[in-house]
Amino acid sequence: MNNNNKIFQFKLVLLGEAAVGKSSLVLRFVRGHFLDYQESTIGAAFLAQTVCLNDTTVKFEIWDTAGQERYHTLAPMYYRGAQAAIVVYDIRSEDSFERAIKWVKELQRQGSPNIVIALAGNKLDLAAKRKVETAEAQQYAEENGLLFMETSAKTSQNVNELFVEIAKKLPKTPTTRPGSGRVAIAPIDNGNTGKKNKCCN
Amino acid sequence: MDEHYDVIVLGTGLKECIISGLLSVDGKKVLHMDRNGYYGGESASLNMNQLWEKSHGKEKKAPETLGSSRDYNVDLIPKFILSSGLLVKMLLHTDVTRYLDFKVVDGSYVYSSGKINKVPSTDTEALTSSLVGLLDKLPLRKFFIFVQNYEENNPATHDGLNLKITTMDALFKKYGLRENIVDFIGHALALYLDDSYLQQPAHDTIMRMKLYADSLARYSKSPYIYPLYGLGELPQAFARLSAIYGGTYMLNKPIENIVFDEEKKIIKVTSEGETVTCDKIVCDPSYFPNKVQKKGKIIRSICILNGPIPSADKKFESLQIIIPQKQVKRQSDMYVGVMSSAHCVCPKGKYIAIVSATVETNEPEKELAPAYALLGPIQEKFVYISDFIEPIADGTADNVFISKSYDATSHFETTCEDVMDMYKRITGKDLVLTVHPNILKQQEEAGNQEQEEQ
Repeated sequence: MNNNNKIFQFKLVLLGEAAVGKSSLVLRFVRGHFLDYQESTIGAAFLAQTVCLNDTTVKFEIWDTAGQERYHTLAPMYYRGAQAAIVVYDIRSEDSFERAIKWVKELQRQGSPNIVIALAGNKLDLAAKRKVETAEAQQYAEENGLLFMETSAKTSQNVNELFVEIAKKLPKTPTTRPGSGRVAIAPIDNGNTGKKNKCCN
Repeated sequence: MDEHYDVIVLGTGLKECIISGLLSVDGKKVLHMDRNGYYGGESASLNMNQLWEKSHGKEKKAPETLGSSRDYNVDLIPKFILSSGLLVKMLLHTDVTRYLDFKVVDGSYVYSSGKINKVPSTDTEALTSSLVGLLDKLPLRKFFIFVQNYEENNPATHDGLNLKITTMDALFKKYGLRENIVDFIGHALALYLDDSYLQQPAHDTIMRMKLYADSLARYSKSPYIYPLYGLGELPQAFARLSAIYGGTYMLNKPIENIVFDEEKKIIKVTSEGETVTCDKIVCDPSYFPNKVQKKGKIIRSICILNGPIPSADKKFESLQIIIPQKQVKRQSDMYVGVMSSAHCVCPKGKYIAIVSATVETNEPEKELAPAYALLGPIQEKFVYISDFIEPIADGTADNVFISKSYDATSHFETTCEDVMDMYKRITGKDLVLTVHPNILKQQEEAGNQEQEEQ
C-alpha cells in the first residue's frame, strides 16, 4: 500500500436462477478463467477482488449462492447488508429474465436501502440463441435505476466493465455498513488467520 | 429427488443447522429440509408483522406506533453469546464468523434486594462493587484470586483440596462467603439456573467462573456478544456453510411419512409424494412427537419499550439482567435481555426486552412481575409459553437423532453441549473444536490465490 489510495470494502452478492453463469462471471472476474463445465458451486463461495478507480480502490467481498438458489432457499442473511448485487439472467432464457426481475423486486423490498443493483444478461457469446432482447432488458433496468450490461463469462466481454461500473456507482463514505462498533471474532489461542492486506499495483 | 443421503436433517433451527454444516464439512451427503418456508424454526428472528400475526392472527395489523415492521428482528428464544464460549469456538471451527457481524453487549447486571447492580467479576471490582457488603469484600477478593490462579492440572493451585470431589458448597464455606455472595457467584458468574450445583464437585463451577472471566476479558464491557440482525442469522449462516460444502436445502417441505426399512438398514423419508432414503436422521423434537417427552415449560415475554430501561445505565443499548432464584423466592432464575437498534433488531428509539423463565406456577405470567418492574412502561407485549422437550432415546438404536428444545438459560453453552453430544452419537467421534482441516485447506487455497494475484 505505497500509494495514497483510499480502500473501500463492499459486500457484493450474486443472484439469479441456477445455471445462468453466476459463478462463471465471478471466476472470470476474480481468477480470469472460464470452465465450460463449471460444477455447481461447492466449497469456495466467498471470493475477493479489487477494482482500482482514479483515486480510490474498491475491494469487493463477493458472495456466491452456494447452490441455495436451486430450490429457492437462499437465506435473507445472504443479501443482508450487501451494498451491491449483480442479478444475472441467461439471454437465451425468458424464464431466467422473469426470475431476475423477481430478485430485483426482492432486493428493493428487503435489501439495504441504497444497494447498487446491476442487471447482467449473461452468455452473450451465445447471442444467436437469444430470447431476451437487449432493448427490453435495457428499458427495465432504466425504469428501475439498475446498471445494465450484457456479458459473457466465456469470452470475458463486459465482465470487468460491469464490476468497474458498480465500483464507480458505490458511495465512498467511511462507514458503509450499519452498526458501528462491530467486533472481530478471532481465535482465542494462537490467533493466526492468515488474512493479508492487499491492494492493486 | 430419488436419491440416497448419508444424513437427512429436518428442521432448520440452530442446532440442526450447526450439525448439518459440520456433517457437510466432514464430507457427508446431507439433505436438509424444513416444513416452514423460512430458516430457523424456533430460533428464527421475526419482523413485526410476523410477530404480530403469531400473537394476534392475520386480521388486525400491528399499530403504526411500533414503527416499520422490517426494522424488527425479534428473537423467539433470547440468548447471548459468551465471547469465549462454545458457540464462538464452533463459529471459528467452521469459519462461519465471516458471514456474521457481532457487537459486544454493553452491560451485565444482577438483581439483588429489589434493584440491579453491575456484576463484579474481578478481584478489584469485588472491592468496589456496591453489591458486596463491607464484610464480604475481603473473602470474595481472596476467592476470586483463587479462581483466577486455578489450573486443572496444577495441584499447587488447588489449595490442598481435591476439587473434583469437594463440593462447591464446601468451598464457599471454606472461603466464608455468605448467601448473597454465593447467590450471585452461582447464578450471575457461573450462570447456573438453579442451586443443584452446590452439591456437585467444585471444579465445574470454577471452570464456569473462568469462562465468564475469560469472556469478559475479551471485550471488557460484558462477557457477551450478539449478532447484528438477531440470533436468526446464526442458523442461516451455518446453513450456508452446509450448502457451500454440498448440502442440499429445501424449505416448505412437509414430511408425510418416515419408514424404517430394518432389512436394508435405511430410512425412507417422503415429502410431497417423493421418497428419498438415508442412513440417519437428525431433527428437532417436532418431527417425532412419539419419540420425545415433555420436561417442563418455559415462558418468554417479548416487551417493546419506547426507551432504555430506567433501572440500568441509560447509555446502554444492550444488556442482560440475571434475577437469581432466591432473590425472588423461586426455584430457578429469571433472565432479562435488552436489545436495541444498535444491534439492528428494532427501529431507532425502540428497545426490546425479553424476559424468560422456567414456569413454576399455574400463573406463569405473574411470575415475571419482578422483571416487569425493572422495565418501565411497556408499549407492547408478546407472551409465549413453550414446552421443554427431550428425546426419549439417544438415537443410536434407530438412527434418529433428536435435539432437545432450547432451555431457559441466557447463553448458548447448553445448546452447544447438546450439539457436541449429538455429533458424537451421530458420527461416533468427538467434535474437536480447532479449525476444521477442510476449512483450513480452503483458507490456504484462498490465501495462495491472493498471493498469485499479487
